[in-house]
Amino acid sequence: MIHTQNLTRVFKRKGEAPLIAVDTLSIDVRRGEVFGFLGPNGAGKTTTIRMLAALIGPTRGTATVNGHMLGEDAAAIRRSIGILTETPGMYDTLSAAHNLHIFAQLYGVPEPEKQVEKYLRMLGLWERREDEVGGFSKGMRQKLALARALLHEPDLLFLDEPTSGLDPEAARLVRDFIEELRGQGRTIFLCTHNLDEADRLCDRIALFRTRLLVLDTPANLRRQLFGRQVVFHLRAMLPGLAETVAALPGVQEATAIDHKLLVHVDDPETQNPAIIRALIAAGADLQFVGELRYSLEDVYLQFVQSS
Amino acid sequence: MNTTAIATIVRKEWAEMYRNSLVLSTVIFMPLLFTALPLVILGVGSGFDSGSEALLSELPPQMASLCAGLTSGQCGQIYIVSQFMLMFMLIPVMIPATITPYSIVGEKTQRSLEPLLATPISTAELLTGKNLAAILPGVIATWLAFALFAVGARLLLASSLAFSRLFDARWLIAIFLLGPLLAVFANALAIMVSSRSNDPRVAQQVSSLLVFPVIMLFLGQMIGWIVFDTSFALILCLVFLILDIALTYLAVRIFDRETILTRWA
Ligand SMILES: Nc1ncnc2c1ncn2[C@@H]1O[C@H](COP(=O)(O)OP(=O)(O)OP(=O)(O)O)[C@@H](O)[C@H]1O
Ligand SMILES: [Mg+2]
Repeated sequence: MIHTQNLTRVFKRKGEAPLIAVDTLSIDVRRGEVFGFLGPNGAGKTTTIRMLAALIGPTRGTATVNGHMLGEDAAAIRRSIGILTETPGMYDTLSAAHNLHIFAQLYGVPEPEKQVEKYLRMLGLWERREDEVGGFSKGMRQKLALARALLHEPDLLFLDEPTSGLDPEAARLVRDFIEELRGQGRTIFLCTHNLDEADRLCDRIALFRTRLLVLDTPANLRRQLFGRQVVFHLRAMLPGLAETVAALPGVQEATAIDHKLLVHVDDPETQNPAIIRALIAAGADLQFVGELRYSLEDVYLQFVQSS
Repeated sequence: MNTTAIATIVRKEWAEMYRNSLVLSTVIFMPLLFTALPLVILGVGSGFDSGSEALLSELPPQMASLCAGLTSGQCGQIYIVSQFMLMFMLIPVMIPATITPYSIVGEKTQRSLEPLLATPISTAELLTGKNLAAILPGVIATWLAFALFAVGARLLLASSLAFSRLFDARWLIAIFLLGPLLAVFANALAIMVSSRSNDPRVAQQVSSLLVFPVIMLFLGQMIGWIVFDTSFALILCLVFLILDIALTYLAVRIFDRETILTRWA
């Protein structure tokens, strides 16, 4: 869906050294996936989206977006993608419906009225369609901007921080909507600072800071950094228990912490039963078993801080 | 060029303009004022017919030939009113100089430009739409004001000979040629100023500085330094035609998409 090869963007600055905002980025975004593009402030995420949306040109490197070569047919790229920009401005003195209508026409939507109504209803703005957008809350504006990005039914969507500044309920609504879009088979390129959200939504995640740091599924990123760890909660810790478990096949390491036994295992699905049998045979009272899940935040901080 | 896209931009600009009372009142009341002023003078002037021989003797020679067959009062009337023709030229200057700053600075402050540039519209279509949205009202208002003035003058001037003398080639050149050329020029200037400003009022005021040359011409003509005859009108047209072509060429060179995005957004 998107294929970039050494995509680079340098900004010239007056009286200062040129700023490399994006450095030799090479990624592949697959059809139908939600692709998380994460990185700290100033990492170059918005710059990358702007390049891929044919809004600004790359300094070096190439990319194909939805089958179109960057720099060849910019209008074709723009026609085939939807974009929710970082600061999605509206014409404040015009109504919600009027705003959408303008964009439906610019995108050459065949039945603008119908599309405008469809998305206003879908995002719960139909009742407010005649109101001036200037009076809308941030959440309503964001929903309207999403509607605007979808009017022409693009199968590739760029979302630059779609839930930033939204209250939990509005953010949830937007997230559910993104899920729905994924369900329709659309490809979504998502920038967000909400790591929990990225974890829930994204099939794959790129951690990025001017350069690509790492690209994988959230589960693989965790495994790569932390391996897999299982916690066994016991009524009481028995002496020598950790050593017993550590000696079992497939167990990397076992540490006793208070009443808990933290065990690094290669494959919990096959090794947990043997560990449980060993614990019970050693006379331990097992209360709970669970996999220790590192948050994506831990993964993110590890990668970004070490970059 | 996709005319639907251009028309969409023009309509969008006008819809926003319609809701901006400051811009709307300039577009409506300024032409009315410049129409009413010469008509009032015409109306008042028709009252006194004597004592204008002295004035007549001071008229420039080409005016004297214009006055052949008219009473001295009528001639004086025509003379005074024809001085106001240049006032009409303020309309195509002021209207784009007001509309464009609000349009461009409006896009900046509303941050609406990036989504707009993300649509398939071409840069040329976008600029054409924005330019037309400011130039057309300037030109149309000039023509409407002129039509209104012509009707009023016909009613106020008793002699149809005087009326036909009033609207000579100079007027027609000024209204139909110089007016649009001035509108294009004022608009190009307003775009450049607005690109560098974040306050529409400042951008409007700077762009409106263009009225000063027009007022200078007006004063120069009043004092008698400049004779605004047909050839002078044609020379002005030529000057602004060249300026317009140069500015348009420059704008096309300067404003690629990225420049618009970083400068207007
Ligand atoms: N038009 C521009 N001219 C000069 N520098 C720019 C321009 N646009 C972006 N930059 C610089 O490029 C770098 C990357 O900016 P970008 O907006 O892409 O970051 P980001 O990852 O989207 O950050 P955030 O998370 O804060 O949105 C920053 O240092 C920024 O100052
Ligand atoms: Mg950003």
